[in-house]
Amino acid sequence: MTAQQRQFLLYGLILLGGIAAPFVFPNYTFQIAVLWVMILFALTWDIMGGQMGYNSLGNIFFFGAGMYACAVIQIGLYYNVGEYTSAYGAVRVDFTPGQYYLGLVLGILASAVISAVFAVIFGWIVFGLRGPYFAIGTLGVAIAAGELVGAWDWLGGGSGISMPTYPGEPDARANLFYFLCFGSAVATFLFLRILYATRFKLAINAIRDDEAKAEAMGVHTLRYKIIAWSIAAFFLGISGAIYGNMSGFIEPLEVAFPTVTFGIFMVLMALLGGKGTLWGPVLGATLFHVIKEVTWTHLLGWQWVALGLLIIINVVYFQQGLLGWAQEKWPEAFGIRVDEDSSTANREQRSAAE
Amino acid sequence: MTDMIEVAGVSKAFGGVQANRDVSLRVPPGKITGLIGPNGSGKTTLFNSIVGYHPIDEGSIRFEGREISRLRVPQIARLGLLRTFQQTRIYSKMDCVQNMLISVPHREAGWRTMFTPFQPELVDKAEQLLEFVGLYAKRRLISGDLSFGQQKLLEFAMALMNEPKVLLLDEPTAGINPTLINGLIDRLKRANEEFGITLFVIEHNMRVIMNLAENIYCLAHGELLAEGPPGEIQNDQRVIDAYLGAH
Repeated sequence: MTAQQRQFLLYGLILLGGIAAPFVFPNYTFQIAVLWVMILFALTWDIMGGQMGYNSLGNIFFFGAGMYACAVIQIGLYYNVGEYTSAYGAVRVDFTPGQYYLGLVLGILASAVISAVFAVIFGWIVFGLRGPYFAIGTLGVAIAAGELVGAWDWLGGGSGISMPTYPGEPDARANLFYFLCFGSAVATFLFLRILYATRFKLAINAIRDDEAKAEAMGVHTLRYKIIAWSIAAFFLGISGAIYGNMSGFIEPLEVAFPTVTFGIFMVLMALLGGKGTLWGPVLGATLFHVIKEVTWTHLLGWQWVALGLLIIINVVYFQQGLLGWAQEKWPEAFGIRVDEDSSTANREQRSAAE
Repeated sequence: MTDMIEVAGVSKAFGGVQANRDVSLRVPPGKITGLIGPNGSGKTTLFNSIVGYHPIDEGSIRFEGREISRLRVPQIARLGLLRTFQQTRIYSKMDCVQNMLISVPHREAGWRTMFTPFQPELVDKAEQLLEFVGLYAKRRLISGDLSFGQQKLLEFAMALMNEPKVLLLDEPTAGINPTLINGLIDRLKRANEEFGITLFVIEHNMRVIMNLAENIYCLAHGELLAEGPPGEIQNDQRVIDAYLGAH
């Protein structure tokens, strides 16, 4: 079996598993949907944190921004948003299936674009910061956004918004949002897989390794940085829009801008799997989510201790993450080796002889 | 014929330290020009001023007749005026070929080229240049694991990949063993002759600079002390005094 066939087989198995999961384990549909959201989190965080060396602690902002943008569009298309939110879900507002699906689709698309635009705007401001200052600056953006929305009555303030009710059976609803989560994670992965085969990847890697050198070589560093963040924001906006609808109820601090849970988890998952790789975040997110769910179920009361232990083991013994550690142990398997041909002429002779 | 670089009356102070005072010099096209001077005489400051690392206090810097003293580093690099660093700087977590590929000229980098893979011709060119500096066999190794001398060679190859018109080299032979130095001098000369790149070189090693440059400027205490062909500079009493600390 060639490497390519093996890859197709792997992708096929993952796709099949993803499609079959809600039917095989109907009781865990929500849990597995969240796993796909986690994979999307880790993948998008890694664009900046792993590939570009900018550790953002505020990426969760785009998740929340997407969630609220989608809610406003879904409601605003048919009702007055201020009236809807001030009723705090006390008035039952019915959406016809047509209204619901149109609102959902437009909301998801718009939230992706709006989040990406936010990334461009904030990019101009915070990309002047480097290293730890960038991390703290972005964290500030996310926390401020949570507080701002909490004080904004038109958006329901701290009491949040009840999302439009799904016009159908609970099982169909669970499956719909499961497949939206699954689809968005797969789309993110495939997009990044194509993106990382282009000039873009080497440019952001160069920024990670030595930004001053990249500038001295004429690389359009600011342009690359802003695009990288916009891509992350685009997919995070989509996932925020989906997650908000899947939860059915959104509010600023715990659901939309949870900096200390999801906001930190995305960093941990990428570190655990191996930052700066395509598969690392996927592996890390899966492992993290499984460990988290198992400890929540079987070690209740100790779950944060277990999670803390995992983080300590990760940063003390596996700083490069699982994939980074594997690459150090078996460099040849990753193509890092001295070539037996010492010149291009030798290589041409050899290939001519074959 | 206009000079490649024309520095006229440039002064630069950092707080109370006058790093450059009224420096004027010219780098003619197609030639190798040298810049020497004792430690702390303002050579690297002058280089930094030319490539736009910091604004200058007074004077003008022209590149091919165009004023560049207000442009920023990447803009100047895209015009074709490139520098290497005294402390070698490469992309240390990427392999050599990747280091080379991302060093392609970014002059016409549009939105589309950002998202296209590298053409096979570019990979070929990267490998040929790596062969030119003797790093072909190690092209798939992570560049940060190479020896210091090899990293310097890689940085030089990256500069060539960028197809600059002028290359400013800050102490290209510092920290390289004497056998490798001869090979490097030869390669610098070939880059100048075969690729037509104008070189402007800071160098402490007198044997190297006397072999390489056709015209040499000497700085001392931030001011221009002497100018002339190697033979003349070597015997200039002011230069000898500056190096021996008679100033």
